[in-house]
Amino acid sequence: MNSSRNLTLSDALCEATHQAMKENKNVFVIGEGVTDPKAIFGTTKDLVNNFGVDRVIEAPLAENGLTGFCIGSAMSGMKPLLIHQRVEFALLSVEQIFNNAAKTHYVSAGKHSVPLVIRMIIGRGWGQGPAHSQSLEPIFSYVPGLRVIMPSLANDAKDMLYSALKEKIPTMFIEHRWCHYVTGDVKKSASKINLDGPKVIKKGKDITVVAFSYMIYEALLASEILEKFDISSEIIDLRILKPLNLKPILESVSKTRTLICCDTGFREYGISAEISASITENLFDSLKKPVSRIGLPNRPTPSSRALAANYYPTAENIIMEAKKILNFTDDILINMINYLKEKKPNIRADVPNPLFKGPF
Amino acid sequence: MNFKNNYLDIYKNMLRIRLVEEEIAKRYSEQNMRCPVHLSIGQEAIASGVMNHLNKEDKIYSTHRCHAHYLAKGGNLNKMISELHGKASGCCGGRGGSMHLFDEEAGIMSSLPIVGSVIPLAVGNALTIKLKKERLVSAVFFGDGAIEEGVYHESANFAKIQSLPVLFICENNLFSVYTPLNERQPSADLTRHAKSHDIKYLRCDGNDISKVNEFAFEAIEYIRKNNQPFFIQFDTYRHREHCGPNFDDELDYRKKNEVSFWFENDPIINEKNRLINDKILTENENKKLIDTYLNEIDEAFKFADQDSFPDPATAESFVYEF
Ligand SMILES: Cc1ncc(C[n+]2csc(CCOP(=O)(O)OP(=O)(O)O)c2C)c(N)n1
Repeated sequence: MNSSRNLTLSDALCEATHQAMKENKNVFVIGEGVTDPKAIFGTTKDLVNNFGVDRVIEAPLAENGLTGFCIGSAMSGMKPLLIHQRVEFALLSVEQIFNNAAKTHYVSAGKHSVPLVIRMIIGRGWGQGPAHSQSLEPIFSYVPGLRVIMPSLANDAKDMLYSALKEKIPTMFIEHRWCHYVTGDVKKSASKINLDGPKVIKKGKDITVVAFSYMIYEALLASEILEKFDISSEIIDLRILKPLNLKPILESVSKTRTLICCDTGFREYGISAEISASITENLFDSLKKPVSRIGLPNRPTPSSRALAANYYPTAENIIMEAKKILNFTDDILINMINYLKEKKPNIRADVPNPLFKGPF
Repeated sequence: MNFKNNYLDIYKNMLRIRLVEEEIAKRYSEQNMRCPVHLSIGQEAIASGVMNHLNKEDKIYSTHRCHAHYLAKGGNLNKMISELHGKASGCCGGRGGSMHLFDEEAGIMSSLPIVGSVIPLAVGNALTIKLKKERLVSAVFFGDGAIEEGVYHESANFAKIQSLPVLFICENNLFSVYTPLNERQPSADLTRHAKSHDIKYLRCDGNDISKVNEFAFEAIEYIRKNNQPFFIQFDTYRHREHCGPNFDDELDYRKKNEVSFWFENDPIINEKNRLINDKILTENENKKLIDTYLNEIDEAFKFADQDSFPDPATAESFVYEF
């Protein structure tokens, strides 16, 4: 029986890793801090006690080297899981990721493959500042040959990590730190699922909202408010940013004829820009209004919470974009915003929204 | 394993590499090989001496200057020449070119054109060897330029701390493109980069095949016995331009006496003379060897010439499908 429990997303990831390591002795975990007392925010808890130091390797500070070691070991038969506590640390390894992980299968005409999963974590809040909080998924999504996954829901995160570890495509598994805290029903045993793209997680008919990672929670909150005022929104969790499967988005937009895209990263040159261009190319005549993009403003993340106010988009921004597209009255908008404020009074911008604890 | 003093075999191996490289140089201007080439002429002794003590199952990794390593380890000549021609039977099916040679059947895992990039891959392969308890050696060839890259130091440190069976082979040809070593590093003693990582090391004249053969044996024996990394610096010299088929000493970036010193210290000519002196080889046998190899090489070029280009419709394959 595959019963479920209410767990955080970080516990779900830990369980997925456990299960993958138990089932396949070629899976190993490597990274800076994987065996330390904090165990990568709890996601590698107890792994070393169960599997030993040969398979849970505490790494020296050598991100490009580590990535190369993983690529070489993956090409010769292992299944490494490399973990970075922040996405920015992986920047020292883009040479290995772009030139070797992404291209080896192609250049060897299929003779070699690099079954490597790299987990990286996006920080936010509590003064993380400009170099510990970047959503850099667009740069990884740019390069053919890589798969980019960004989970939002706990059980889905578990299944996706487990499934990525069973496949051969080099995978960038990017987690938002604030998603780690969110809970959901998580099945005891992870399932091998098809990593084939976006999923409609809430059905609707008036407006399509595409989001991923932490922005899913802002989108769900916005959707709840819109619903109070008889506007029904369809929410698509992008999940797999690359390779991009447009089909579910095209189907939804063909129906609603509207689209709002939400990035966790910068608005300019973001994932939303790509989706917006693709939808416009395909459905130009059906669209009621231009596609709307939501993302971070064009400046680094300041550390001080005073400067960070209004930096991160929220459900409120989604509602404002919905107004632009659907043309509801100013009165309705004011009522919506008031309703939102009642629901989440005085939330600080630098801690996770307590409404987003789940279970989802 | 016992020390192998099969110097005639090693000589043949070096000679064959030299002849392949010279043929590439000769035909390069015909513009059928439309990719950069970094010839190994002058540096053949290192590849041949090291490979003398590696088995087929042992793994090697190389760089942009990979022809000698590929051939010495037993890489398929037709697949190499076809790859240089961008043809379908090339080792990468025309997707890599001369800087990406590999032949998994001969244990040649990967060659990569980004300087230093291949070093951690060899270390990763050694990690697999350790985790799977295979009794193999993973050897990586790189230049004096590559050792300046951070990733070399990351790799050496990790290989030591994890006790990995890796052989680091640094071929010091004194130049990174046109820039001499003394403008890039404070000392020509590159073994200090092994010392600082507490890795055992040796250094010798990489054009002296007896020395190369002895030192390679010592290093590989040590790795097999102790499951520890080892580092060798071989000093050598490239005869032609950094990239391409020509001599380029008219550019005056290398000192005339340095050039003539190394050209007179040609590993293949020296070894041929020694073998003839020691009556292991005759001039006549040497001529026959050359003819045999030239025939084989000519066949390889014919093969590449007749080989088809890859079907353009396959350009999309192997990005995501497995
Ligand atoms: C990271 C990187 N930087 C620069 C280059 C350009 N480049 C190609 S080969 C080369 C020289 C490398 O010298 P060395 O490692 O000593 O090898 P050699 O060519 O002498 O065999 C340079 C600088 C490159 N390919 N990759």
